[in-house]
Amino acid sequence: MSDEIKKMIIEYVKKEYLDEDSDQEIKEDTKLISSGIVDSFSMVSLKTYLEKKFSIKLPDEDATPEAFDSVNNIIELIRKFGAKV
Amino acid sequence: MSNIGSYEDRYKSFDWKLSEQELEYGKNGQYNIGYYCSDRICEKGLGSKPALIWEGFTGEVKKYTYEDIRAYSNTTAKFLQDQGIKPGDRVCLFMDKIPELYICFLGILKMGGIAQPLFSAFGEESLITRLDDAKTKAVLTTRKHAGKVRRIRKDLPELATIIIVDADDKPLNAGEAAFAMEKLPRVEKFDIVKVEPETASVLHYTSGTTGKPKGAQHVHNSLVAQYITSKWVLDLKPEDIYWCTADPGWVTGTSYGIIGPWANGVTQVVLDAGFSAQNWYAFIERMKVTMWYSAPTAIRMLMKEGVEAVKKHNLSSLRHLCSVGEPLNAEAVIWSEKAFGKPFYDTFWQTETGAMMICNYPGMKVKPGSMGKPFPGITATVVNPKTFEPVDKPGTVGLIAFRPGWPSMMRAYWNNKETYDGKFKNGWYLSGDRSSIDADGYYWFVGRDDDVINTAGHLVGPFEIESALLEHPAVAESAAVGKPDPLNMEVVKAFIALKPGFEPSSDLEMDIMNFIRKKLSPLAMPQEIEFMASMPKTRSGKIMRRMLRAKEWGEEIGDISTLEND
Repeated sequence: MSDEIKKMIIEYVKKEYLDEDSDQEIKEDTKLISSGIVDSFSMVSLKTYLEKKFSIKLPDEDATPEAFDSVNNIIELIRKFGAKV
Repeated sequence: MSNIGSYEDRYKSFDWKLSEQELEYGKNGQYNIGYYCSDRICEKGLGSKPALIWEGFTGEVKKYTYEDIRAYSNTTAKFLQDQGIKPGDRVCLFMDKIPELYICFLGILKMGGIAQPLFSAFGEESLITRLDDAKTKAVLTTRKHAGKVRRIRKDLPELATIIIVDADDKPLNAGEAAFAMEKLPRVEKFDIVKVEPETASVLHYTSGTTGKPKGAQHVHNSLVAQYITSKWVLDLKPEDIYWCTADPGWVTGTSYGIIGPWANGVTQVVLDAGFSAQNWYAFIERMKVTMWYSAPTAIRMLMKEGVEAVKKHNLSSLRHLCSVGEPLNAEAVIWSEKAFGKPFYDTFWQTETGAMMICNYPGMKVKPGSMGKPFPGITATVVNPKTFEPVDKPGTVGLIAFRPGWPSMMRAYWNNKETYDGKFKNGWYLSGDRSSIDADGYYWFVGRDDDVINTAGHLVGPFEIESALLEHPAVAESAAVGKPDPLNMEVVKAFIALKPGFEPSSDLEMDIMNFIRKKLSPLAMPQEIEFMASMPKTRSGKIMRRMLRAKEWGEEIGDISTLEND
């Protein structure tokens, strides 16, 4: 289950945040925020996506750059707030 | 002792000639900023001093001395000449905060080109608007961002070359060139193009309420203001390790992330990584940063992490802190004293002013929440918005205005004389910002005088967002406004009426948000969308954006007598 979710988030990040011509690889531990793939403004759309996809609410104080900095971190965050992963 | 000494004494006796004398401005007929930021520092015997220490997000570190930036900017200048770029041509820099961004900026100036930095997160629509307006001749970029330029190239007939600075062995298309700055033979001697003080140097695009973004065109003479404000407001000293967190895609990143510190011969550090409080503190500790120039949004993000996060690091190297981009709230100033043992000093200026205008100075009492006082040599006031006469009572709110003539004032909006001329009334340059002045002469920011959205210190034009929204297949009508935000001061909120056949849904909301983010930029992406059955309009059919904005701010809606019955 967790692997499928990881794959789904990776695909979403690739589709939405990488340039369509990009050959960059995204893995579960790839740095998303600190590498600049997802900036602090774009974090809002990623947060909204996760909330809708998993029917959860991620409090602003927990939606920190660190919590979004890799797919692994994101899995940990959404699990904490009730996503079944 | 601070560089400025007594603010009052400096203000009374100031003459810009002081800055020119310190710079030996015009020596041997040289006015080129590129020379003053590299060759001149080397001539002073500081060639081996570090000019730039760059750190990437993986922890990779690169160091460049003043001799390095002198030679590499020569290499860039010669390469551009070999590509057929001529003095006066616009050369765009479109890349992340990598060393080439900083050094190639000087190279463009050295060969007489006009540097046109653009924020690397811009989408294709934002890019084409600015490149088309400037009739840009060349774009320097990286593989990561080249795709966006390639896809719009067919609509940019003036664009002669796309230059990829990290092409390595990757194949290039026709009309593209690879430029490996550090792998090419270093050009030790380059005949820097002799410019006049009034020769165009930098073109920075900024957003307005209506119409397309405007290119604020600066000249080499801006150096005179950028040098002395860096020295007196940022208090830069020879031994400083300076960190300006701004991206050179915006004016702070060029005026005070390249020109100011390097003209002062200071070592600056750059962190090319996304924001994280722990990473920032660790960077300051590791680099032993002494002077830090940042922005209120970043400071408020640090506040969220608390003083405890600060105390995990040894930040004792910090001796002076400044802020720019949006008003620095009093709470942030007070928190900074608690967290770092010193306040952030707010500075106010704009893309159009090119250099700091109203600031807080070392040694001058800081009133938390105030913008400070005008820089020496700057005649500032607050004018009545109808008569454009200075207000006479302390505390009266009006438009911040400056007497034209300071060295770094923009000289034109590119190809837009009418809008440029409209910025001047009754002998004053009107900033578009509102404030009051207290009895002690301190300025207090109130807000914008137009609908431009200031989000995290960046101005976003509602017209640009609304135009892009209309390109979404589901959107019939839209209005974009700034909505109050505790972190970013304002964020974009869009009001949308859908075309027949479309229903509001969370999926559609997401789709529209991402559509704008990719088309324009993450800054322009609406962080909230409100679907409406129809938009409030005037009898002449104009959408009443101001009414929607007032609603968000809890302000009086004002005269709605011309509102169409809804």
